[in-house]
Amino acid sequence: MSKSRPGFFVRIFLAPGVYFRYLFSGDFAAAVVGLEKKESAKGIEETKEQAAEPAKVVETAPLKEASPDSALQLLGLLQQEGRFIDFIEEDVNQYSDADIGAAVRVVHEGCRKALHDHINTVSIREEAEGSRVTLPEGFDASSIRLSGNVVGQAPFTGTLIHRGWQVKEIKLPKLAEGHNVSVLAPAEVEL
Amino acid sequence: MSDAHYAVGIDLGTTHCALSYVELNHSDEQVAQQIMGIPQLISPGNVEDRPLLPSFLYLPHPNEFAENDLMLPWSSQQHFATGELARQQGAKTPIRLVSSAKSWLCHPGVDRRAGIIPLDAPEEIEKVSPLQASIRYLEHLRDAWNFQHPDAPLAQQAVTITVPASFDPAARDLTAEAARTIGLENYILLEEPQAALYSWLHAFQTDWRKQVKINDIILVVDLGGGTTDLSLIAVTEQDGNLNLHRIAVGDHILLGGDNMDLALAHVLAAKLAREGTRLEPWQLQGITHGCRTAKETLLADPTVEAVPVVVPSRGSRLIGGTLRTELTRAEVTQTIVEGFFPKVAVTDQPVSRARGALTKLGLPYAQDAAITRHLAAFLTRQSSATTELQGFENALPAGANFLHPTAVLFNGGVFKAPILSDRICEVVNSWLQAEGAPDIRVLEGADLDLAVAKGAAYYGYVRRGKGVRIRGGTASAYYIGVESAMPAVPGLEPPIQALCVAPFGMEEGTRAELPEQTFGLVVGEPVRFRFFGSSVRREDQVGSLLDFWSPDELEELEEIEINLPAENRSPGEVVPVQLQAAITEMGTLNVEAVSSNGEHWKVEFDARGNN
Repeated sequence: MSKSRPGFFVRIFLAPGVYFRYLFSGDFAAAVVGLEKKESAKGIEETKEQAAEPAKVVETAPLKEASPDSALQLLGLLQQEGRFIDFIEEDVNQYSDADIGAAVRVVHEGCRKALHDHINTVSIREEAEGSRVTLPEGFDASSIRLSGNVVGQAPFTGTLIHRGWQVKEIKLPKLAEGHNVSVLAPAEVEL
Repeated sequence: MSDAHYAVGIDLGTTHCALSYVELNHSDEQVAQQIMGIPQLISPGNVEDRPLLPSFLYLPHPNEFAENDLMLPWSSQQHFATGELARQQGAKTPIRLVSSAKSWLCHPGVDRRAGIIPLDAPEEIEKVSPLQASIRYLEHLRDAWNFQHPDAPLAQQAVTITVPASFDPAARDLTAEAARTIGLENYILLEEPQAALYSWLHAFQTDWRKQVKINDIILVVDLGGGTTDLSLIAVTEQDGNLNLHRIAVGDHILLGGDNMDLALAHVLAAKLAREGTRLEPWQLQGITHGCRTAKETLLADPTVEAVPVVVPSRGSRLIGGTLRTELTRAEVTQTIVEGFFPKVAVTDQPVSRARGALTKLGLPYAQDAAITRHLAAFLTRQSSATTELQGFENALPAGANFLHPTAVLFNGGVFKAPILSDRICEVVNSWLQAEGAPDIRVLEGADLDLAVAKGAAYYGYVRRGKGVRIRGGTASAYYIGVESAMPAVPGLEPPIQALCVAPFGMEEGTRAELPEQTFGLVVGEPVRFRFFGSSVRREDQVGSLLDFWSPDELEELEEIEINLPAENRSPGEVVPVQLQAAITEMGTLNVEAVSSNGEHWKVEFDARGNN
């Protein structure tokens, strides 16, 4: 039952999604408009068919297959600017902390630049970590995770352990047609 | 002109280009100003919008990049790269990198239309001319604009391109030629320090009148990546309104922020050498890059004593091969603050030593790194800049050694470090105090990186009568060299006289009078004239003939050349002509030969570097 009928709060978050799908997905809008037309034409008797139709609409939104391109692109940027792969792939055990520290400066400065240039990350809660916060009823469960003694009803009061991170904006370079993103760093040959 | 929808400002810089624009059909005072994100390759096959386009051109080997790797949103058939990729790739392969094209554009010793750069490129690389390189950067900006504004192509907009105030007529002419080559029709040139001031005026809207007052003399110090540009702008009054009047510009000084990073890198290289580590060229580049950020940190935060500078290895082993050193506060202070901005007397002159013959081909970099000394020389040279200006008769006390500026506007990313602008103020104030003048005020609130592009765009708006305009016209008078009629003396060159053809301060769109002197030109034979400019002789009128001048009064520019075509005339015929100068609407100097029956021929600047 809960599968086919999402709860009220879930629906609140689903509703704007549908709104945007109307706006940006012509196919979706066409399908729904088509549905409404069918509904008024066929009447209430054909409940079975109607039930099948909306179900079909929901099923046309399957889990998205994440395109590896942007992940590879980001890795490429982290490697280019901050030698990320070089650092992670190196065996750190054989080096002193001072040597590792020197290298980390390169990695930190470069990766930070790559990240700041392309992804705008903000913290979810502005309060200092360790302070007491109160979560009202209907807080966003996807951006705030409860832990510990999770009982009773909202509002919940607890200690902020981690402020959280959220991406506000992502802006990756555009890729040339046929560009091989799986090459994170080309081999370099000096002539 | 009327169909332009935007006023577009292009900062065609030595190290970076930027483009800003405002919508023209705005009625209110608050003009919305935007900076265009410039799509460019940041690595092979990766295109990203950046506010700045590094002014670098990379000429790749045919096998160097995979197919489509140099593709831009508007072009798939490009055999070169500009912008970030060019800069990065060029750091590794300098023989294929064109940089500082703008400095070459005003280098009088070379042919600016010939393929000469990169200077050290081997024969198989097809070199480009300084003019071509400038065209490529402008093309990139044009294509980026047209891609983002398909309904309003750049050719139809009111475009302002900035040039250094110290650019000579030939370099301005070449910049205008580059603009024409990319198809612009409605363009004008604007001096960069003026653009910076326009941007400041725009930022303050109507409030700027509270920040400056009548009889102020504003010194603009524009310190770019590769050049230092100085200008003086006086605040005058007319009919109760404040007016701005640009009264002087400085020499072309090839000295900028990049020199500072390089100087620091050499300090660190010397330190490493003392510790027994010798740097390879690529490591020096890494250190230079590291010094830039370290310098910014140290100059911005007075509590930091040292910043580590790390050069990673080139191989995939990062940890073992990383070179680490540190830049200390003492080193930055010694090298940058004392090296580039030393406390000097206003009577000090920049040191210049005779150059060896070997350096002739390279760029004529400033030999004295002390910006304060260049500033002292400029203010001293221009001590009489206000004598002709109404209301400034008593601006200088008797016996003053230099022109006393009352306010200063800083421009250029270098001045993000307050310690440097503070130092300039401190030095200028010491000069002012010695002559009993009040301290200089800083005009705050300038956008140090993008002011030139922004001001240029705003100027396109101002030109339509919607705000205060900086007057001033040309900052030089121009002269033609005439051999004086004297009996020949063996072993002596005949003495030369300078005939003024364009007085100081000619406004755009005006034509100088015809000088009385006529010259006989031979049809079909090119005739060349020596050509001079003076940034200090304000009183000479058209037709003034100088017999004698001191070396720092007149500067010899490139020769000009007239070639009378043979149409309607027989070759060898001698035609008497007068030489007339005009300043075009675009802001370039035009010299024409005019015959007695009113025929006109354009006189060309010789940009071939024969002098």
